[in-house]
Formats: sequence, C-alpha cells, structure tokens
Amino acid sequence: MSIRLTTDQIERYSRQIMVPDLGGKAQIRLRQSRVLVIGAGGLGSPAAFYLAAAGIGTLGIVDPDKVELSNLQRQILHATADIGRQKVESAKAKLNNLNPDTEVKTYPVRFDADNAAAMAADYNFIVDGSDNFDTKFLVNDVAIQLGIAFSHAGIVRLQGQTMTVLPGKSACYRCLFDGPPPPEEILNCQQSGILGAVAGTLGTIQATEAVKYLAGFEEGLLTDRLLTYDAKSGAAKAADSISSVPA
Amino acid sequence: MSVRVRVPTPLRKFTNGADEVAAQGGNVKALVDDLEKTYPGIKDRICDETGKVRRFVNVYVNGDDIRFLQNLETALKEGDNISIVPAIAGGH
Repeated sequence: MSIRLTTDQIERYSRQIMVPDLGGKAQIRLRQSRVLVIGAGGLGSPAAFYLAAAGIGTLGIVDPDKVELSNLQRQILHATADIGRQKVESAKAKLNNLNPDTEVKTYPVRFDADNAAAMAADYNFIVDGSDNFDTKFLVNDVAIQLGIAFSHAGIVRLQGQTMTVLPGKSACYRCLFDGPPPPEEILNCQQSGILGAVAGTLGTIQATEAVKYLAGFEEGLLTDRLLTYDAKSGAAKAADSISSVPA
Repeated sequence: MSVRVRVPTPLRKFTNGADEVAAQGGNVKALVDDLEKTYPGIKDRICDETGKVRRFVNVYVNGDDIRFLQNLETALKEGDNISIVPAIAGGH
C-alpha cells in the first residue's frame, strides 16, 4: 500500500524534507517505521521526543517506573504535574501532544528476558535508554537474535558513550565489552549523578542514528566504533574503533 | 617518552579528578605500570589479577582497540593518545 503525505504533513516535516540527504521518500520511510524506546528517562526522553517530532510512525515506550521529582532535571518528557504518574503515560501524553501522527504504544513493565523478544519483534529499531547492564546486554542479545538494529548508550556525571549496532553487519555490544563490571564498581546516575544536558546530548545522538538508519542511510552510522563524549574536557569527542567482527 | 592518557569518569578518583594525564611507557603494559606508580590503585581497575585488561574495560591507542593490535604489548611512541574506556550503564 502506498503512503502519501498530507499537505499538513508536508508542512510539518518541511524543514527535514528539504534536507538533501532526506527528502520526501525518507519521510515516508519514517512514517512507516516502528521504534522501541527502552526507558523513558534521561536518554529515552530526548530520543522519543525527537523521534516523534521527526514523524516516526509508531513509538513503543517501555518503562516500569513512576515519575519522581528527582527525574525532572533531565527526563524532559515529564513535568512537575506528572509526579507519581506512570512514566509511559506521561510520555505518551507529551508525544501525542507534540505529534498526533505518531502512534505511541506503552509498556509499563521492565524489559526482561521473559518479555523482551515478543516486545522487540514488532519494531524496526531499538533505542536503548536503559540504566543498568543487565538490560543493556539483554537488548543487545535480543536485537542480535531478531536481527533488529539498535542504538546503545550509557551516561554518568559529565560523560557518555554511544554506538549503533547492525546485526550481522557490525560489531555488537558484546564485541565491545564481554561483560559488566562487578556491582561495587558500577557508577549509575542515581548514585553518581548526571548533568541533564549530557543525557540530552547522548539521547539526541541516538534519535539521530535511528532516523539515519530508518531513512536509509547506508554509511555514516556509528557502527564499529564507540563515540565518547566528555563534557568536562571541553566537549571533546572521539570515535574509537571497536572491531570489524560482525555480531 | 610521554603519552597522553584520557581518564574516564570512574577512574578519576585515582587521578585527583584529572580527565587527562601524561604517562610514560614503551608499550601499554609499561604505561599501566607507570600510571600505577603515580596513581596507586588505578592498575587494579584496568587489569585483572592475571594482568590482562579487564573484560569491561577497553584501551585504545590513537583510536584503535588494543585487542586488535598487540594487546598489552602494543608499542607506544611519543605523543600517542591513549583512551581508557570502561562500560557505562547509566541511562535514567
């Protein structure tokens, strides 16, 4: 079935349709795309916002938590009035308000080994905005098993790292790290802190990678390399190569 | 010879908060030993009890993963840029 953009949609997306690397065909591809965002937190909030704004057809949002006051410094999908509300419901309300074109599916559960494959199978791309190693390795394993491209990211304090994985074509998260650190060495945002804008930077890169992949970019994705961002050292960025071992 | 080492957030408690330090060494193993002399305790966070780089840490020389070079025996030259990159889990 062919999909045509309405006059309003052409106006809404005009500023990205006019980008030479995108155009109307890419916009239709985005409209037909389905992205699963794991976590409606520091990474997932900016990622989901930009993906809805860009006109992704369906967004799935997975998060078991409720909005807390301490989330609001970085989790920009949620507002003061949302405290106590399920994050996925708060997220859906904001995303629907931003762009009624995007269907938002909500999963108020933890992404775990029992539900991961069934949930992920409905999607073309996964944005991993989770906050723990168990979920990050699970996302990797399920995405590889199902052949779904995904964006990985991790953040803490003033630093973040991100990579994109194309199963069968590029290095995966387990190619990068064999396993998680011992619990006593893990720094997370709850215990170690995070600057909200740093979460936003990484989450926005993840959204950009999703759009590039879904729009059909064949080159230039953050594959086979880890992009690290360190805001403390003056926004230095480096793309370190991972390997050429396909997942 | 001196090389520059980018220090990740989890290891900055050993470098008095510095995000980049200078160190010496003809190869990565010697470099790690030199870091340990100046910043006691840091080696245990990079290498395991057998002396290998820990599985959740990657070391890059001028952007290349030492696992695909000569690992800890990877030779260094004046002015090389070394990155120590551990896995980071945060996201919320």
